[in-house]
Amino acid sequence: MSVLTSPPKSPVGTPVANSLTAGKLPRYTAVYVLIGCIAVMSLVFAMIAVAAGSDFNIVASVFLGVVAYVVVIWVLSRAVEGPRKASDRLVTALVATAFTIALLPLISVAYTTIVNGLPRFDIQFFSESMRNVVGPGGGALHAIVGTLLVTGMATLISVPVGLLTAIYLVEYGRGRLKHAITFFVDVMTGIPSIVAGLFAFALFALITDDPGIRFGFGGSVALSVLMIPVVVRSSEEMLKLVPNELREAAYALGVPKWLTILKVVLPTSIAGIITGIMISIARVIGETAPLLIIAGFTTSMNYNLFAERMMTLPVFVYTQYANQGADTQAYIDRAWAGALTLILIVALLNVIARIVAKVFSPKTGR
Amino acid sequence: MSKRIEVNDLNVYYSSFLAVEGVSLEIEPRTVTAFIGPSGCGKSTFLRTLNRMHEVIPGARVQGEVLIDGNNLYDSAVDPVLVRRQVGMVFQRPNPFPTMSIKENVLAGVRLNNKRMSKADADDLVEKSLQGANLWNEVKDRLDRPGSGLSGGQQQRLCIARTIAVSPEVILMDEPCSALDPISTLAIEDLIEELKQEYTIVIVTHNMQQASRVSDKTAFFNIAGTGKPGKLIEYDDTTTMFSNPSVKATEDYVSGRFG
Repeated sequence: MSVLTSPPKSPVGTPVANSLTAGKLPRYTAVYVLIGCIAVMSLVFAMIAVAAGSDFNIVASVFLGVVAYVVVIWVLSRAVEGPRKASDRLVTALVATAFTIALLPLISVAYTTIVNGLPRFDIQFFSESMRNVVGPGGGALHAIVGTLLVTGMATLISVPVGLLTAIYLVEYGRGRLKHAITFFVDVMTGIPSIVAGLFAFALFALITDDPGIRFGFGGSVALSVLMIPVVVRSSEEMLKLVPNELREAAYALGVPKWLTILKVVLPTSIAGIITGIMISIARVIGETAPLLIIAGFTTSMNYNLFAERMMTLPVFVYTQYANQGADTQAYIDRAWAGALTLILIVALLNVIARIVAKVFSPKTGR
Repeated sequence: MSKRIEVNDLNVYYSSFLAVEGVSLEIEPRTVTAFIGPSGCGKSTFLRTLNRMHEVIPGARVQGEVLIDGNNLYDSAVDPVLVRRQVGMVFQRPNPFPTMSIKENVLAGVRLNNKRMSKADADDLVEKSLQGANLWNEVKDRLDRPGSGLSGGQQQRLCIARTIAVSPEVILMDEPCSALDPISTLAIEDLIEELKQEYTIVIVTHNMQQASRVSDKTAFFNIAGTGKPGKLIEYDDTTTMFSNPSVKATEDYVSGRFG
C-alpha cells in the first residue's frame, strides 16, 4: 500500500522542511486502508463462494473488512505515529462504526415506509374515511382527525400539569415532598403504555358505570399519564438551566417571586420547554395499545372527543394490517400509508418546534 | 431620597452554621461605605442581609436588627419585596436579562411589577437612568438591541441603570468591578462618586485602592479560621482605616502583610 512507501522519518542528510510534520501518516491513509481491507475481505469471500458454490456474502465481507480496518489502522498508526495517535485512530474508527450501525435501522425504516407508503399516499387517503369500504380505496381522514384531537387534548391536559409541577419542583419544592414527587415522576416515566390505557379504561368504566366504554377523551387521559412525566422532566431540566443570578437580579429590583418566575425565568427557558413538549408529543402520538383499549376503533368520522369510538393513526395501521379483507394488498398499502403519515406528522411537529425555539430563544445581539 | 442604616448586633446563619457574628454599625445617608476583608469572611453575606436578599438561599436566617431610618427590616410584618424596592443591589457579575433589549432591561423593575407607564414617561425614565449610569451616549442608538450584546463594563453599568430606575434609597454593590477591566472600573468608580449625591451606597470590594478611592467610611471584616464566623473587626473613616488603624489585623490587611 502507498502508506508504507513514505518512511516515518527522513533519512539523515535530507533537509526536513518542518520537523513537526515528521512521523505522520499521509492524508487519506485511513480511507485507503478501509477500502483495501473491504476489498481483501471481498476477495476472500468471493473465493469461498466460488469454491463452495454458494452466494457471495456481502454482509460478512463488509463486517470483517471493517474489523480488519480497525486492527490494521491501529497497528499502522502505532508503528508510525506513536501510541497517542494510535488510540485516537482506534477510537475514531470505533465511534464511526457505532454511528453507522445506529444509523442503518433508521435509514432502513424511513426507506421501507416511504417506498411502501407512497402507492396510497394520495388525495383520497386524506379526504375519505373507511366507512363502507371493504376493498381498495378509502382513506385515513377519520384516523388523522382522531390522532390530532386525542393528542391535542392530551397536550392540553399534560402541559399545564407538567409545567406547573416542574415550576414547583425547581422554584418552591423543599425536602421530602420534592423528593417524593421527583421519585414518582421517574417511576411514571417507566409505566408501560398498556397500563396507562387500562387505568383510563378502569377510571371511566367506573365513573360512567359502562363496562364497554370507548371514547376519545379517555384516550387523551391515557396519553397524558404517559406524557406528564416527560413534560415534567424536560421542563425541570430547562428551568434549572436558568442562572440563579437572573432570579436574584429580579428579586433585587423588588419583583415578587411569582412575577420573577412568570416574566424572567419562563421567557428565558421557553425555547427549551417548547422543545421538551414537542418531544413528549412525539413520544405519545404513536402509542397504540392504550388507544386500542379506551378509544377503540371505527371506520367512521368522529369529531366528538366525548362520545363514541374514535380512530387514531397507530390503531388504523394496526387494524388495517391485522384484519386484512379479501383484497389483501389494499389493506397493507393503507397500513403503510398510515405509518408514513404518522412519521410525517412527527417530523412536521419537530420542524415547528425548531422554528418556535429559534424565535423565542434569547438573542445575543452580536 | 437616601436613608440611614443602623445595624444592631446582627448574627447571620446558614441553617445551623453561624456565618457572621455580632455586627453593629451605622451608615450615614449620602455616603459611600466600603466593606473589605479576606474571601469567606462574610462581607457579601452581611451585605445581602441589608435588603433581605440572603433569604433567597434556603436555610439562611438572621438574628438582630437592621434599621433603615428607624424601621426594622426584620420585623415579622415586613414584606421583603418592599424592602428590596427601597434597597437596590448590583451584583458581582453583570446579569442583564437575556430575553430583553437594553431599554426593556432598564425598565425591568417597573415593567416586571406590572406597572403601567406611558411611552413618553418610559422613554424619559430610560434616558434619565442610562445617563445616571453614564451609559446613555454609548447605547442611545441601539436601545432595542439585546442587553447581552454589550461589553462587560457596559453590561454592569446597564445593571446599575436598571437599579436606579426603580429609584431606591440605598444601593448595595457586591464587588461590582471584580469582573471588569481598569477602564470600565474607572467609569464605575466615577459613577459611584456621582450617585453619592443622591443615594446611600454600600460597596463590597477586594480592591484596597478602590476602597480608599471611593469610600468615606470603611469596615474591615475578618475570620478567625475556616468554619468560624466572620466578625466586624474595625469600622472607621476610610482615611483613618488606611493610615492609622487602631487594630493590628486591619493594619496588616490594608498594608498587604496579611496571611
